[in-house]
Amino acid sequence: MATGIRDKVAILGMGCSKFGERWNDNAEDLMLEAFTEALGDAGIEKNQVEAAWFSTAIEEQHVGKSGIPLAMALRLPYIPVTRVENYCASGSEAFRGAVYAVASGACDIALALGVEKLKDTGYGGLPQRSRGALNDQYWSNMSAPGSFAQLASAYQTKHGVSRDDLKRAMAHISVKSHDNGAKNPKAHLQKAIDEDRVLNAPMIAEPLGLFDCCGVSDGSACAIVTTPEIAKSMGKTDLITVKALQLSVSNGTEVQHNSWDGSYFMTTRTASKKAYEEAGIKNPREDVSLIEVHDCFSVTELVTMEDLYISPEGGAIKDVMDGFYDADGKIPCQIDGGLKCFGHPIGASGLRMIYEMYLQMQGRAGERQRSDEPKFGLTHNLGGFPHQNVCSVVIVGQEGA
Amino acid sequence: MSVGIHAFGGYVPKARLQRGVIAEANAWFNPGLRGLGKGERATANWDEDAVTMAVEAARDALGGTGGGTGKDGINGVFLASTSLPFQDRQNAGIVAEALHLGHALQTMDVAGSQRAGTSALLNALQAAGGGGGPILVAGAERRRTKAASPLELTTGDGAAALVVGDGDGIAKLLGHASESIDFVDHYRGQDETFDYVWEERWVRDEGFMKIVPVAITRALDAAGISADAVDHFCFPTPARRVAGMLAKKLGMPDDSVRDNLQGTLGEAGAAHPLIMLASALEDAKAGEIIVVAGFGQGCDALVFEVTEAIGSAQPGHGISGYLARRREETNYMRYLAINDLMVVEQGLRSEVDKQTGMTTLYRNKEMILGLIGGQCRDCGTLQFPKSNVCVNPNCGAIDSQDDHPFADMAAKMNSYTADALTYSPDPPAYYGMVQFEEGGRGMMDFTDVDPGAKLQVGQPMRMMFRVKDFDTKRGFRRYFWKATPDGAPKSPRGGE
Repeated sequence: MATGIRDKVAILGMGCSKFGERWNDNAEDLMLEAFTEALGDAGIEKNQVEAAWFSTAIEEQHVGKSGIPLAMALRLPYIPVTRVENYCASGSEAFRGAVYAVASGACDIALALGVEKLKDTGYGGLPQRSRGALNDQYWSNMSAPGSFAQLASAYQTKHGVSRDDLKRAMAHISVKSHDNGAKNPKAHLQKAIDEDRVLNAPMIAEPLGLFDCCGVSDGSACAIVTTPEIAKSMGKTDLITVKALQLSVSNGTEVQHNSWDGSYFMTTRTASKKAYEEAGIKNPREDVSLIEVHDCFSVTELVTMEDLYISPEGGAIKDVMDGFYDADGKIPCQIDGGLKCFGHPIGASGLRMIYEMYLQMQGRAGERQRSDEPKFGLTHNLGGFPHQNVCSVVIVGQEGA
Repeated sequence: MSVGIHAFGGYVPKARLQRGVIAEANAWFNPGLRGLGKGERATANWDEDAVTMAVEAARDALGGTGGGTGKDGINGVFLASTSLPFQDRQNAGIVAEALHLGHALQTMDVAGSQRAGTSALLNALQAAGGGGGPILVAGAERRRTKAASPLELTTGDGAAALVVGDGDGIAKLLGHASESIDFVDHYRGQDETFDYVWEERWVRDEGFMKIVPVAITRALDAAGISADAVDHFCFPTPARRVAGMLAKKLGMPDDSVRDNLQGTLGEAGAAHPLIMLASALEDAKAGEIIVVAGFGQGCDALVFEVTEAIGSAQPGHGISGYLARRREETNYMRYLAINDLMVVEQGLRSEVDKQTGMTTLYRNKEMILGLIGGQCRDCGTLQFPKSNVCVNPNCGAIDSQDDHPFADMAAKMNSYTADALTYSPDPPAYYGMVQFEEGGRGMMDFTDVDPGAKLQVGQPMRMMFRVKDFDTKRGFRRYFWKATPDGAPKSPRGGE
């Protein structure tokens, strides 16, 4: 009987580059920036890293395929480097690889590093690219905002919500993330905005305006992991350990079977339920201290609050408007600014979220430090489209929590 | 053995460009265009061409849109047009695949002249008389015309389809005649985009008035019908009064002259005689005589007698229904842009390579061109695409699916967006989840959504065969099915 990952692996060190429009840096520069911070934080030498997982999603825009770019950028000593890609869950996927390697006993210290260099396309938004030879012949001409925007019409229909009420809750989500991002020196977007600005912004994909969409950024983040025993032997105390690692991948039900209504994520519901079980969390609304979710679009964050079983179904708008997820609310969501403002370099995003949990739990989050000591932190990624996606849920926390 | 028309259908694109807008925009250059600036012309959407319009007209005739004779036994598809999208890849073959008619049939493109429509019809009737029917004849045209040209004002885009076979059908062929003569009123040479046109007075006096009467007289003689017995005279020219002058010269009654649809559709080239014929069949009565002629380097003339069976003929929407499915277009710039008549900044997102693997397409042609999905034999679940493992979470049977056609199934919309970010020749791009009522769904592109339209979750949608992408680098175009808000009016014949 599988016992799960809870408390089997500890985070030894983490690093994260400044996210944003890094016009003068290559992906290799960003990787080194994140890795150098993590190495210093872990207090180890490079040659103590025994295996690495490297995540990038749109590699044709920067480093190309394989694990080689990581090995060359850091001059790793001919160790195994596995390149992973799983849409926007790529960073969490790299973390999962490194954590499992340590948990299995295959190595003592492993690295997960993600990077993305998205600002070399010549235009805003994600790079436009082929979806596969056959998919290109029948998939709709959809963009990321256009596919996620449809959550709104389906959610409104299911819950009898007016467009205005939904738009206002979505605006609250974006205003909150901008407030949080303004306190984060590594964030891509560090300016506060108000609700009027959100509601009056140009339309990107109905009903998502410009400020309902996250930034597309350059950046890198990484984690060095080991066993709690080894961490302690190195003199580390107050360990942050991995509590749950779950992944759920659509099998086509949403897009091909009439049982899905389009208003929620089947994958998130599946992964979060398993993650709580793995972490031993009975009541997420009471027990989870902080969440970083995949707020690629404001409406995604809204429905995700329900898919994580924190807000009741149909109750996310109320919780959002009540400030439940604000930085000073019961469970802050995107206390670092989220994808919305910290930015979204795809391959790095999952690791960036864990980085924030790690800082908050160590009391190192600066101006945005949460006063209550966080016990469990949940991070969540969605890759793909609501009707066909990859969802990761990671829970980290204080050792023994 | 008698031959006749057994079913008919039509198609007219939704946008109707107001001629006054064209004339005003170009009056600075040619004030004389104001004389043509009345009424409206049908204008194909960016994703339509002769093939897609022929498919819609054929579905209207065959029953895909609610009427028609059905697809069983169709032995051939003849496609007539001077604006075929492929010079070497049989266009009629694409139409046949889209209609899912099977592969044991004859397909043929008929082109090269404005007379192609009537020539295709005549040859199909002759082939059917020899046992080769039933044959689906489609005429479709999307002619390219220069901005500020008279042709831009007089032409229109559209299609018609007729199923011909042995037996009298709804309109029995009584006689026909052809006159072939190299009279060049206009031409379009190889690799040329636009027509080169000679003086219209000469075309009228030496062409229409001298060549057409010869053919029609011979056809009427062959039919044993006197000119004064003609009830419907279909003569496809936008030139004013010409059809009336011909009727007078031939002795056909004044009121036999059919509306050339110049005020509502425009002249649709090789398809136009078939469009006028399909339109005539919508209101013709049993026993009436229809004469249809096609002009272009000569003239084809066909004489039909409408039979009692016309009372039970059921086209889907017919020309009248599609004419009523209409959006007034007053934006001449949009027309110029989607007809490639000016250089528009398409943005970097438009640059994605659209190469199509011929192997991939061939392997999946039923799915892509025919919208064929699967139905699970074990649990009955409909699904698109057809797959190896049933998508029903409670089934999961392997290799259990039979082909199932989705194109004509009732559907509704579950979610949507209007996307201003993704590249579209006519932004915003509308798309969303479309669900077939009996099962199956897909995240599909929408087409023919009116600018600023308010879409409603749950509204009925229907499938239309359209261009998905243009591969401008290689001259290829991909076709697939899109969803459009349903609700085109039915043909008045449909209810009988």
